[in-house]
Amino acid sequence: MIWRKRDKEDEAQKQPKGANRFGSGLSAIYHKEMADHIRSRRFLIVLGLVLLTSFASIYGAVSGMWDGTNTSTDYRFLQLFITSGSSIPSFISFIALLGPFVGLTLGFDAINSERSEGTLNCLVSQPVYRDSIINGKFLAGATMIVLMVFSMGLLISAVGLLVIGIPPEGEEVGRIFVCLLFTAVYICFWLALSILFSVICRHAATSAMLGIALWIFFALFMSLVVNILTGILYPTDQMTSVGSIMDYYECQANLNRLSPYYLYSEAVSTIMNPSVRSNNIILPQQLSGAITGYLSLGQSVLLVWPHLIGLLALTAVIFAISYIAFMRKEIRSR
Amino acid sequence: MSEHEMAENVIIRIQELTKCYGEKTAVSNLSLEIRKGEIFGLLGPNGAGKTTTTLMLLGLTEPTSGAAWIDGKDCIRDPIAIKRITGYLPDNVGFYADMTGRENLRFTGRLNGLPEPVIEERITSLLEKVGMTYAADQKAGTYSRGMKQRLGIADVLMKDPKVVILDEPTLGIDPEGMRELIQLIRRLAEEDGRTILISSHQLHQIQQICDRVGLFVDGTLIACGTIEELAKQMQQEGCYVLETAALPDNPEFPKLLESLGNVNQVEREGEVYVVHSSWDIKRELIRRSLDAGFTLTHLRQRGNDLDEIYRRYFEKAEVNHGDDHKKKQKRFAGFGSRQQEHDLEEKG
Repeated sequence: MIWRKRDKEDEAQKQPKGANRFGSGLSAIYHKEMADHIRSRRFLIVLGLVLLTSFASIYGAVSGMWDGTNTSTDYRFLQLFITSGSSIPSFISFIALLGPFVGLTLGFDAINSERSEGTLNCLVSQPVYRDSIINGKFLAGATMIVLMVFSMGLLISAVGLLVIGIPPEGEEVGRIFVCLLFTAVYICFWLALSILFSVICRHAATSAMLGIALWIFFALFMSLVVNILTGILYPTDQMTSVGSIMDYYECQANLNRLSPYYLYSEAVSTIMNPSVRSNNIILPQQLSGAITGYLSLGQSVLLVWPHLIGLLALTAVIFAISYIAFMRKEIRSR
Repeated sequence: MSEHEMAENVIIRIQELTKCYGEKTAVSNLSLEIRKGEIFGLLGPNGAGKTTTTLMLLGLTEPTSGAAWIDGKDCIRDPIAIKRITGYLPDNVGFYADMTGRENLRFTGRLNGLPEPVIEERITSLLEKVGMTYAADQKAGTYSRGMKQRLGIADVLMKDPKVVILDEPTLGIDPEGMRELIQLIRRLAEEDGRTILISSHQLHQIQQICDRVGLFVDGTLIACGTIEELAKQMQQEGCYVLETAALPDNPEFPKLLESLGNVNQVEREGEVYVVHSSWDIKRELIRRSLDAGFTLTHLRQRGNDLDEIYRRYFEKAEVNHGDDHKKKQKRFAGFGSRQQEHDLEEKG
């Protein structure tokens, strides 16, 4: 009799299960993580910090414009984002520096805190693929990042509009949008990286330290290391021709572009500054006959397209590593 | 698979399962069959390979060799199907501390892809079943250990599993909670017809609920069967243990005990003497002690409780395995094994 009852229940259960067999685990994890992020104090702190710095940079930019130090009359609205005040860096350099922090904060304990709380082995003993756990966590974090970045961009534009009183042109809106998109991808890269560390490291503190170490390395020391490296590769006393000097600079730029920080900074400054024509060195001969003017949005995007692909590829590589690391992990309690 | 369907009532089948961690073999050549609706106890000291076995059953870790099936589904190839029908309660079960008990259960239900009305209905009935309705809307972080364990059982039952695997379910729970938990587990098997696999080293609780037990030492299953079968097996191999005490309690009494035939060892444990013999010596003991003017105040044949069976098997494994594991087993067993090495050479 017991068996018959069970069988009936089984049938009742199978029906809806078949309907949402795929992705049910993923969406459950995604929703839970979103709720966690929104409710967490940590996220509020990060949001507050980012808002504070962006207002500070806007203040710097606006006061710089009023002082008349910046005399350019074109693309006034974009100046809000790229002008630095007397003592305050510009908005985009702030974001390049602080973005990694946001990503790291959202992800550094994604997997290992579950392990130390003892919830991870409950989670993996449910009928959910292991990659959906990582995907769910990443998607939830990425959603938060996109929301945060775009609402921040809107807020700053609104404030800027109120203060300087010049409405942005269509192209400016497009450029700001592309810039925010880049910012979101850039921060998501750091989120993926921190999730990878949280898979590899047993303790949340270790993975946070690793993340911060990489962040500081890329933001501060990478360029120094690259300088030393290129100095060894192309000694100054052998720099005799223009060709070798160009080789030197190209090598330096390419090595620097391994750093996501550099990639992002270069891409965003190209997007936000229409007068930038190339990311590489240009010889005067190449410029001969060129008409001074601005690049259109499409051309600017074309210029930084490789940067976007590079950032996405870096993210994909990190994802692949964290999948492999997580699939092979044996999950025991604590 | 066809083989499996022939043996209709076998739900868990393990064949020559082996797991090595580098040099160390955690589980070696384990073969086991568990029938539907059975409560099976996996006994062994810490580090004997119990948890590794359960992890392999759930497809959470890959065996080095061998295979296992639950309800005809391959544990290694098809872990998702296994996880759909198998509930697992790990030791030290954890919940999301900032979610309430109800929310935790809801999350589990969603992970299993259940429709919302079914989830809500099941949460209510399961909370009732494990007696947690009163605390359902408290944060799980505030729960005591016993409450967590009960919520854990509700969590396992959310997916309405055919097989329930409990890893050390009674660890660190007070006696009253333990009694309730044991009743609950018993009900799961009897009323709902679920198959339950319990791994534990707490013999008394296992004895109360398990239909069959398997003894695990250093990754090897050294004995398997009902408690009565194991006891009988022990006696056939010539291990009789008698507890006795007499008045007057003077040094003459142990001497008398030692002079009985077939006695291997006599030792004092508190108020009573424990006599190890290779034959049933009760009648002779009664006759001889009366003749010598002793009045027996206590006489009990040991060996029908798991404690004793367990100890016996461990001593046997120790003899077979050599001395290198002695320390661990002694620590676990908690008795000094001052046992002589008598004729226990054959493996069980």
